[in-house]
Amino acid sequence: MNTNKFMRSVRLRESACQGCINCIKYCPTQAIRVHNGKAHIIDKFCIDCGRCIRYCPHHAKVAVYDPLSVINNFKYTVALPAPSLYAQYNNLTNVDIVLNALLKLGFDDVYEVSAAAELVSEASREYIKEHAEEAPFISSACPSVVRLIRVKFPSLISRLLPIKAPVEVAAELARAKAMKKTGLKPEEIGIIFISPCPSKVSYARAPLGIEKSNIDNVVAIKDVYPLLLPHMKHDDSQLLPLSNSGRIGIGWSNAGGEVGGLLVDNYLAADGIVNILRVLEELEDEKLHGLTFVELNACNGGCVGGTLTVENAYIATTKTKRLVKYQPVSRNHLEDNPELGNIYWADNVEYEPVFRLGNTFKESLQMMGEVEKLTARFPGLDCGSCGAPTCQTLAEDIVRGDATPNDCIYVLRSNIADLSEKIRHLMQPKGSGNPSASSKETLSGEDQALLKQYIQELTGELASFGVPEHLRPHGEPEGKHTGNEVNRS
Amino acid sequence: MNDTLTFRYTIDGDDFTRAGEASSSVKNKLKQLGLDSDVIRKVAIAMYEGEINMVIHADGGEITVSVSDSDITMILADRGPGIPDVDQAMQEGFSTARPEVRSLGFGAGMGLPNMKRYTDEMKIDTVIGEGTTITMKVYI
Repeated sequence: MNTNKFMRSVRLRESACQGCINCIKYCPTQAIRVHNGKAHIIDKFCIDCGRCIRYCPHHAKVAVYDPLSVINNFKYTVALPAPSLYAQYNNLTNVDIVLNALLKLGFDDVYEVSAAAELVSEASREYIKEHAEEAPFISSACPSVVRLIRVKFPSLISRLLPIKAPVEVAAELARAKAMKKTGLKPEEIGIIFISPCPSKVSYARAPLGIEKSNIDNVVAIKDVYPLLLPHMKHDDSQLLPLSNSGRIGIGWSNAGGEVGGLLVDNYLAADGIVNILRVLEELEDEKLHGLTFVELNACNGGCVGGTLTVENAYIATTKTKRLVKYQPVSRNHLEDNPELGNIYWADNVEYEPVFRLGNTFKESLQMMGEVEKLTARFPGLDCGSCGAPTCQTLAEDIVRGDATPNDCIYVLRSNIADLSEKIRHLMQPKGSGNPSASSKETLSGEDQALLKQYIQELTGELASFGVPEHLRPHGEPEGKHTGNEVNRS
Repeated sequence: MNDTLTFRYTIDGDDFTRAGEASSSVKNKLKQLGLDSDVIRKVAIAMYEGEINMVIHADGGEITVSVSDSDITMILADRGPGIPDVDQAMQEGFSTARPEVRSLGFGAGMGLPNMKRYTDEMKIDTVIGEGTTITMKVYI
């Protein structure tokens, strides 16, 4: 069993986080909360799609990945360039220019992910043909899609194509090839993926569908891209012929690329996490008919839209199309790759009911009843001020014990108004129209005790609402300040 | 039976783009309850078909969904024209949907048969000119 099954590579840079609510609003799985002025990512809800990285205006969401210096940790290293790497460069006509530059950068060899992708395409074609009655199948190449289905769409898990992702197949073949060539032990060889997204970083460390990945380290396209440029001034005659992939393999970098290699007519290819969520809902409800294959990419435009890329996703899409125009359709075949032990998943992906409220149905039912009651108390504005993306999620957080009703500024405001009203009423001398005249004298001991209690409750209410330190007025103790506020109203 | 939870939905008439919102909401609640995905699927499909029917034929209506520890009960009540011949309406392929509705891909005459197929109990109470109430149960 995978111990870090909710491992994620999207992280918070706390110093940069301003506690705004942009990320909580954009997170497709409602995995982020803002508490005490800082965002918090909830591991089990996060699918590593990287959308918060894109939308955070303060650049407080970052992806963790390995530095290129990891190549020094091994006796021999093989670079696995994602096909989306090629799409970063202008006027690239020959993939060998990039692959040769990778060698000059310090890698001992390269193995194109696009070459392995052609094997995955071939295996997929066979699998779909043999299991035609179980269609539609959902592509499993995007780790965020697999993770999304695992937590949100239990009935669709069985539709995931149980075939390893191209990068995994590439890693396996690259290691086998390197061992044969060098005689080194497997651990002396570093298989390093040059990735367009953080999702693959998590995949390499905690894969789904297989027990352990053959990928040793994952570096970012955006790190490698500029370092390759000086090595790309070339003389065609000096280039080693390294490239070995065709139109199908390189095409995988774009949305629609995977289905392009399947040669099926009835398919759906959706990209962008919000769009794929809608497709999965409709698939689950059996509203989509007659489909053989469903390709889903979490990023807009496909892998070229990953958060670790440099080029605009749509320009990159065009560049890929231009690059493959004169390539042969496919240059890799399963029968030529006997080193590849098994291209299919070895493990089942298990449903993780992380959104379930309680541990049992009875408990969940009771908790949902409370959620409904709480939701009815909230204004339904989904304003995010409480730090949860919607009133409903706040209610769920409260029922799970992770928040309180006073986190809702409207509930808090009405509680304060209620208490202020009680105080005003108390301070009003009985039978007198002028409250400010001599309220002190007219308060009985009992009333004074009540007043003290109200004021305590009031300051308690105010203190319960997390005001970030930097927004608090300076030089004034919190209690006194809130006291003034009360008198003013 | 104080462990029963009830959800109410108002369905707007003639708005195909929004039909399915209620069944989708129920589906997500049932997932949060940790119910078996097969039960969820049955409820979602039966309720979606019912929702669509209300939009096509009855200018909307009300749906009440109750979840207890033994079953999920869906009551779909509308003030539509009523169903003149229930047996005929239950036949696969029989449809009285208008051509423009059919052109949108609805009204294939599978609504009621599917609702029956995906539920464990189904009861139709209909009065011509007054409306129809369909009660469906899916056992847990």
